Amino acid sequence: MVAEVGHYALVLALAIAIAQSLVPLFGAHRGDGQLMRVGDTAALVQFALVLLAFFALMHAFVTSDFSVSNVWENSHSAKPMLYKVTGVWGNHEGSMVLWVLILAFFGACVSMFGGNLPDTLRARVLSMQGLISVAFLLFIIVTSNPFVRLDPAPVDGRGLNPILQDPALAFHPPFLYAGYVGFSMAFSFALAALIEGRVDAAWARWVRPWTLVAWMCLTLGIAMGSWWAYYELGWGGWWFWDPVENASFMPWLAGTALLHSAIVVEKREALKVWTILLAILTFSLSLIGTFLVRSGVLTSVHAFAVDPERGVFILVIMCLFIGGAFTLFAWRAPSLRSGGLFAPISREGGLILNNLFLTVGCATVLFGTLYPLVLEAVAGTKSSVGPPFFNLTFVPLMIPLLALVPLGPFLAWKRADLGAALQRLWVAAAISLGVAAIAGYAKFGGPVLAPFGIALGVWLIAGAFSDIAFRSKFGRETLGVAARRAFGLPRSAWGMAIAHAGLGVAIIGIVAVSAWRVEKIAVIKPGETMEVAGFELQFEGVVPRQGPNYNDEVGIFTARRDGNAFARLESAKRIYAVRQMPTTEAAIYTFWTGDLYVVIGDGSEQGRTVRAYYNPFAPFIWIGAVIMFLGGAVSLTDRRYRIGAPKRARHAAATGGA
Amino acid sequence: MALTRKQRRGVLVGSGVAILAVAVGLVLWALGDTLVFFYTPSQAQEKQLGPGQRFRLGGLVAEGSVERGDGTLIRFTVTDTAQEMSVVFAGVLPDLFREGQGVVTEGKLNAEGVFEADTVLAKHDENYMPREVADALKEQGLWQHGGDEQ
Repeated sequence: MVAEVGHYALVLALAIAIAQSLVPLFGAHRGDGQLMRVGDTAALVQFALVLLAFFALMHAFVTSDFSVSNVWENSHSAKPMLYKVTGVWGNHEGSMVLWVLILAFFGACVSMFGGNLPDTLRARVLSMQGLISVAFLLFIIVTSNPFVRLDPAPVDGRGLNPILQDPALAFHPPFLYAGYVGFSMAFSFALAALIEGRVDAAWARWVRPWTLVAWMCLTLGIAMGSWWAYYELGWGGWWFWDPVENASFMPWLAGTALLHSAIVVEKREALKVWTILLAILTFSLSLIGTFLVRSGVLTSVHAFAVDPERGVFILVIMCLFIGGAFTLFAWRAPSLRSGGLFAPISREGGLILNNLFLTVGCATVLFGTLYPLVLEAVAGTKSSVGPPFFNLTFVPLMIPLLALVPLGPFLAWKRADLGAALQRLWVAAAISLGVAAIAGYAKFGGPVLAPFGIALGVWLIAGAFSDIAFRSKFGRETLGVAARRAFGLPRSAWGMAIAHAGLGVAIIGIVAVSAWRVEKIAVIKPGETMEVAGFELQFEGVVPRQGPNYNDEVGIFTARRDGNAFARLESAKRIYAVRQMPTTEAAIYTFWTGDLYVVIGDGSEQGRTVRAYYNPFAPFIWIGAVIMFLGGAVSLTDRRYRIGAPKRARHAAATGGA
Repeated sequence: MALTRKQRRGVLVGSGVAILAVAVGLVLWALGDTLVFFYTPSQAQEKQLGPGQRFRLGGLVAEGSVERGDGTLIRFTVTDTAQEMSVVFAGVLPDLFREGQGVVTEGKLNAEGVFEADTVLAKHDENYMPREVADALKEQGLWQHGGDEQ
């Protein structure tokens, strides 16, 4: 019964979404306020209906209603409650419902908090959001209905893929989708602006917080996914340049560029056309990502069994939206007037350079991801593009960008003095070079470029601090005055500094793990020891242990340094009862300076295969991502987003609403 | 340094083109060295690949072929049912590696014509069949979609 309600709610939501996409658009065209307001109501109703459908599906999962095919395929009565709930989106159908739920949520937010938007702009934005909803609701109802019944109902389910039964992965999809879908706001605002024929500072001020929220969620979502891959897959790696990973990374790169170019529109009314283009591109990449992941056209280590028909449907959605958006762009963009002249060396110039590097970097990732697909279509040969390609193309493009990041905030708008900016960064430069020297000395004989990579990370952190210190006049005023000034700085300045520092922290982790990780594989018997990076691992033996819905074979190790035991590590081979599918649980002992990572393998007469890694500074990668997220959050609380409705420029006062 | 509007635009466009050119150069240069082709045992033998050439070998793990050697060394045979190829791999096999199931390995042939794999690709889902393997088996008429579920 509840499942039928859910199904019905989805169909109703589709009907509402169709109304939402057409009526306000027509209303805005005619200047009819009543028709425009239909969009507000429709967005709220649509959200309520999708939420109802979502809870109906959750109800089926929580109560283990195996007469619903989706629940039978992906759940089991013996599963812990957390995974019954998160199992809702641990499968294709459910994850698409989550996708649309988040989409509808953003639409509802525009309706609830968009009171200060001009009526026509709000109506058009809601209409575009509605259009995206229509496409994806249709997709769910036609190809991926989560509420299909089974008759007779099976006694028990087949269980959730064990590898997904994990706290980090349970919340990875919601954050990732909030990021993907969040960029639909920038997309809708861009299309609405193109239809209106105007982009101004106020427009950018509305778009930026939405983009920032999406970017924050995507940052956290990607970080969670990579953290999960790190500890759950047991390969000791955290990023594989796999198509599915690239699919989430490309919108992040484009979104980061958008975040920066929107600043220029907001402060200087320049780069309008480019920002619109970037908003369209970012969401297009989100759609491409959804397509790549959901269609299974690319061979990925993270791939799941998929149905090719669905791929075709998403491909059609993708082509319609991307094609339509670019057509509209080509038609309307030339009419947008650009203002704000600036010299090449200026804050604007710096942000443009940021955008160039990010978009070109994103293009290389896109190329590497799609090339095998193109080659197969053209030449019929199957191939793959792996990490070496990206290390040779993407990484060199990011190095100059990262080196320039601390410089940006020191450049003035319009025209800047490069020498003065560099002078203010000499402390940061000295610290970074010092660290490079220390790293080079400590790891003498290692990769030559690694100390410079570490220095790059330190440069970002020190540069961010220098910016705050300079703005609050540390060293030129008394400490008390400077501290007060620091507190009084706009939150956006703090947010930027924190986010840039977070990037620096992540870079340190990435460089250290890539350059200095130590890997040892050995076959050892109980009682024997192996050595990795100065640590002794003594293998104590294997004991069986029972979990709620799995059986473990736990390998126990004692870790020693200089003869002193400091940790007991447990790595398990885990067999899930329902699917009889084996997984490996890595044992990770985290120090401030890195991770000791031990994985137990198969056994034979000669002993157990054991893999041990020392990953220096590995936690920095995810800590850095969390700091970036926090930076975004601080920036989001900036005064200018809270106080006062942004007003449109004078010459449009007649159409602007308050 | 007073530049005219046109000159300013020139600087912008110029730097954009320069970065793009560098990127294109990097891509073309990297692609030649890093592109790895996928072959089934039949295709690999047909192409007469020499030792040292890196490629991906995919197919089914032949039943009863997995044997452990010294230390971490593992030998198995990859088959597309028409031809087969011996593979050696030193390391830990992924959890879902099983006899009779699809597998993709990456590495190169040694002088004896044995494929020395340094990577065995893992998968997250026991029903998932790498697309290349699925296609190769379809060509042999051996596998239909969904046909490999337990």
